Amino acid sequence: MKYFLQRIAFYLFTAWAAITLNFFIPRLVPGDPVQSLIAKFRGQLSTEAINSLYVLFGLDDDKGLWAQYIDYWKQLFQGDLGLSFTFFPSPVSEIIGDALPWTVTLVGITTVISFLIGTGLGVFAGWRRGSWTDGLLPVTTFFSSVPYFWLGIIAIYLLTGPDSFFPSSGGFDSALVPAWDQYFIPSAIQHSLLPALTILISSVSGWILSMRNMMVTVSSEDYITVAHAKGLSERRVAVSYAARNALLPNISGFALSLGFIVGGTLLVEIVFSYPGLGFILLQALGAKDYPLMQGIFLVITISVLVANLLADLAYLLLDPRTRKEG
Amino acid sequence: MEPVLEIRNLNVEYGLGDKAVRAVRDVNLTLHRGEVLGLAGESGSGKSTLAYGLTRLLAPPGVITGGEVIYHPEKSDPYDVLGLSDKALRAFRWAETAIVFQGAMNSLNPVHKISTQLTDVLKAHDPKMSEHSRNARAREMLKLVGIAADRMDAYPHQLSGGMRQRVMIGMALILQPQVVIMDEPTTALDVVMQRQILGQLIELRERLGFSVIFITHDLSLLVEFSNRIAIMYGGRIVEEAPANTIYRDALHPYSKGLLSSFPALRGPRRELAGIPGSPPDLAGMPSGCSFHPRCPKAFEPCSTHIPVLGRPDSPDGAARSVACWLHPTEQPVG
Repeated sequence: MKYFLQRIAFYLFTAWAAITLNFFIPRLVPGDPVQSLIAKFRGQLSTEAINSLYVLFGLDDDKGLWAQYIDYWKQLFQGDLGLSFTFFPSPVSEIIGDALPWTVTLVGITTVISFLIGTGLGVFAGWRRGSWTDGLLPVTTFFSSVPYFWLGIIAIYLLTGPDSFFPSSGGFDSALVPAWDQYFIPSAIQHSLLPALTILISSVSGWILSMRNMMVTVSSEDYITVAHAKGLSERRVAVSYAARNALLPNISGFALSLGFIVGGTLLVEIVFSYPGLGFILLQALGAKDYPLMQGIFLVITISVLVANLLADLAYLLLDPRTRKEG
Repeated sequence: MEPVLEIRNLNVEYGLGDKAVRAVRDVNLTLHRGEVLGLAGESGSGKSTLAYGLTRLLAPPGVITGGEVIYHPEKSDPYDVLGLSDKALRAFRWAETAIVFQGAMNSLNPVHKISTQLTDVLKAHDPKMSEHSRNARAREMLKLVGIAADRMDAYPHQLSGGMRQRVMIGMALILQPQVVIMDEPTTALDVVMQRQILGQLIELRERLGFSVIFITHDLSLLVEFSNRIAIMYGGRIVEEAPANTIYRDALHPYSKGLLSSFPALRGPRRELAGIPGSPPDLAGMPSGCSFHPRCPKAFEPCSTHIPVLGRPDSPDGAARSVACWLHPTEQPVG
């Protein structure tokens, strides 16, 4: 329990540091958002409008950096991340709130499925090493070294077209309005199939490889020989002795990959014009939309931290050696 | 004495085809009911391979290329362990022959509690046993090896090396096997702990009546704790005799070399001498007797003809055997 509290304290500190950096970096970059907004409106803003924009963005010169920092925290606790320029005047929190479910559903589900399938196959391939399963290895090595987006482009090129079942872009049919009904949900699933498959194929190989290699390493441990000598069933030795120990390094890899759900598959979303966070981030970068970028980075930072915390917790549960006494 | 385990012409090789290394060569050995049989030899002499071979636990690329391992159950007919089906082999393992392994530190699965690892073997061999009686049996075994029952819920990393090896001994005895194979069980422990654990084991053997194959390179331990000793060199057994006989009057020059490489605790002082040279390369074994390049007494037949293990031509030669041209044998044993 004490260990757990220490970890929590550590993560709170890391979150504070990340958020503080997130606050300072845009302010150290030359130029300010109002300038870029003026440029966007091609000088058709009056001086009054410009001044009120400065006030709106909290950039009126009266306030010192410290006061701005305090305000930033206050806003953060109210869930206020400022206004986006690209989608002006929508608040950043609303834009992220719209995009986040798409990314989390698509990448989250595929990451979990990919981990489960990959680990399962890896256990099998590692346990039956030397059999035909070893023939799969060059294939998995190939797919794990292929970048997501390249596979996505190939998939679009080969599988989509006017008559194809697979749509080439978007998260749902543009004729529909997002709602939980019998028209929208099938359309959303249909649109997610190809990007999901792309992510699945290229990420599952990595899990297979790492799990197989850990299985091979663990299989030569003394306690595996003991388990065989005890006359336990093959299945029990493979699962409860070998896989159970081989899983440990993969769990931390899995938690980290959960952290990268939000930011990691940017390119897939771009290739498929999928309305997720990565796609939004691309637009924000193009428009120098600092508040939106800041907001997205904040979400990415927090999700990585939460994933790490989950990895720590999973380790506490799965590996008794990490638990401290008392 | 009636036999409990008979090893006949056992051959074990690592690898296949021309590059195969013969680690165990034509080994004949009989373990009698209730005795402690010591198996000694340098590293790489094949003693652990022999133990793994007779329980069919060899990791690939180890293969048994010939021979028989006849097990004599207490009440039914003897059978060949090497001929058992996978299912019958699983039932045979641990229930008839249990093993205490070399690595005291790594023999326990680090992620499961001691209790789980003690009871899963009961569950595998007797699925009808209730959870309550499984736990009771596990606690009983811990008590037997001198570990408090409240350590049931401990994880392996919370125990000391000595305690872990005691748990392993308790685990080995949990199904009351006829044969316990100890593969350098105390190598990873300090000397005091070694003696304590072996003493405890001998005491348990007297109470429970199992037989022990005790493998070690430490001949001094064997002389103290075993009834009979077999000496291995280059994959073969070169001498076999009662422990006292080996200690007082070893016939094979290699056995003599091993004995003179450790000091006696009692008795007159004597010169300590090692064995010159290094253990043979199993892939390129010398012709004839594999010990002849290192043997101080090698003579003409040694480099060309392999000596056969047999009864030596000496007055008290009935209970012992040796494979050496210095001691011509009357008839081969086995």
